[in-house]
Formats: sequence, structure tokens, C-alpha cells
Amino acid sequence: MILEMSYDITGGDFAAAGEAATKIKRALKQIGVDAQTTRRAAIIAYEAEMNIIIHAYRGTLQARVSPEGIEILAEDEGPGIPDIELAMQEGYSTAPEKIREMGFGAGMGLPNMKKFSDEFHITSEVGKGTRVRAVVSSSTALIMNGSEV
Amino acid sequence: MKLREVRDILEAEVLVGEDKLDEDVPRACGCDLMSDVLAFTMERSLLLTGLTNAQVIRTAEMNDLSAVVFVRGKKPCEEIIEMARERGIPLFWTRYPLYEACGRLYQAGLKGHVC
Ligand SMILES: Nc1ncnc2c1ncn2[C@@H]1O[C@H](COP(=O)(O)OP(=O)(O)OP(=O)(O)O)[C@@H](O)[C@H]1O
Ligand SMILES: [Mg+2]
Repeated sequence: MILEMSYDITGGDFAAAGEAATKIKRALKQIGVDAQTTRRAAIIAYEAEMNIIIHAYRGTLQARVSPEGIEILAEDEGPGIPDIELAMQEGYSTAPEKIREMGFGAGMGLPNMKKFSDEFHITSEVGKGTRVRAVVSSSTALIMNGSEV
Repeated sequence: MKLREVRDILEAEVLVGEDKLDEDVPRACGCDLMSDVLAFTMERSLLLTGLTNAQVIRTAEMNDLSAVVFVRGKKPCEEIIEMARERGIPLFWTRYPLYEACGRLYQAGLKGHVC
């Protein structure tokens, strides 16, 4: 493992929304992960963080970097998702109007995360919480400080 | 298109990035849904939007966008401007509404990423 990061996320904390994903993105850039891989991982992390803030009570957002790629893991305690297949559809959202006014709630987050990842798994239990795991595999070996890992 | 031209065409005020007006933007998109921006917008695009909250700046940073134009004369608060300044993301402010602002840039040759 090259790098591991873990952040606590609080549901409803819109003031901090995106801070964890920002830190993850900056760290990836700093250790020299290529721009495309970094961008994909950042978008996944950001959507995952927003989902915890919008839909859950609390959770954690983790990123693990290895030579194979970047794993993003979002786990939360929250209402869970009753129908995952439905939630994965583009445009499906239960977000209230207030969230739409902020520019979220388009029902694009989960399909986006899947689109930008090479591996994507989501499990959820109603009344307990949701777990999303996404992997962006590095197309080329990760280059760190100019030398291959 | 150079950011300087974007400023001139939209008769915009530069809120952040006076020093970056010679930078090029290859394409643009007009949108108020940040998830759509994250899904469909290519890196280095210029974003035109009617939203003025922190999520716009976050989205621009996550998605590697070139710059942001706030339309319809909606000016973001100082905190948002500061956020963009820290990140080196140029911000513009125009009185034109979204459709009009996009149309002006498109007519001047700045395409979306479909064409
Ligand atoms: N962590 C979660 N906990 C509970 N429900 C969730 C969670 N993540 C997603 N959902 C449910 O799945 C739906 C679709 O999620 P998705 O991220 O695709 O869209 P959204 O969050 O509503 O809008 P967008 O992501 O475009 O801002 C949500 O509206 C919500 O009902
Ligand atoms: Mg979402």
C-alpha cells in the first residue's frame, strides 16, 4: 500500500461538503498519480461524499492507493437503499428540492461513479446503511516522484 | 478561445484570474446540475452556471475545469471568491443569462464537447 486516507463525514454538513474528496484529490496529485486517474478517482470520491452528506447520517470516505490503482470506499450509517437497481438508474433521485437548488439531486451520482470506475460494488441494508466500493485501476504503473513503483 | 475573449464577449467582470486571461479554453458547457457537469464535461472546459455556491468551486476543482462564469448577474459571496482564488480557478461574472451567454460564446467559435 502506497497511501491510505480516511475521513469522517457527517450527514447534512453541507458546509464541509467536498472537503474529504478535495484532500484525496490533492494527495493523489502530490504523489504523482497521472491526471486522468486522479480526475476519475476524485469524481467518484466527491459523488460518494455528497451521497453520505445528502442521504445518510454519518459515514467514512476512504481512499487506498496501490500500484494496481485507487480504491475508494464509502461506508455509512443511514436509511439504506431499498432498490439498488432503481437507484443506479440515471435520473433517479429522492433528493429534496433544497438539494436540487444546490446543484445536486440529478440522480447521476451513482451512475457517474460506476462510469468512472473499473470495478464498482454497492451493497445496502435498509435501516442500517450503505457501502460503495470503487476501483480505478491505473492504466500505466503509478509513477511516483518520477520513478515507477 | 482565450479567457480574455470570454471576458470581452460576455462583458464580464473578472473576479479571480486577471493574471490568467491569456490562457486558452478548448470548450465550454452551461449547466446548473453539478452531477451532470461531473458526468459529461471534459477536463479544461469552461463552466457557465447560475449557481453561486461552494459546490461549483468544488466541482470545478474535482473535474479539472479551466474557469467558471456566473451568469444572470448573480455574484458569489466573498467566501466563494476566496475559495477559487486559493485554488487558482478564474471566475467571471456576467449580466447575460445562461442561454444568451452560451450563445454568444458559441457564435464566437467556442464549441461544446459534442462537436
Ligand atoms: N448513501 C446513501 N444512503 C441512502 N440512500 C442513498 C445513498 N446513496 C444514494 N442513495 C439513494 O439513491 C438515489 C440515487 O443516488 P445518486 O447519487 O445516483 O443520485 P442523487 O444523489 O439523488 O443525485 P446526484 O448524485 O445527481 O446529486 C438517491 O436519490 C437516494 O435515494
Ligand atoms: Mg448522489
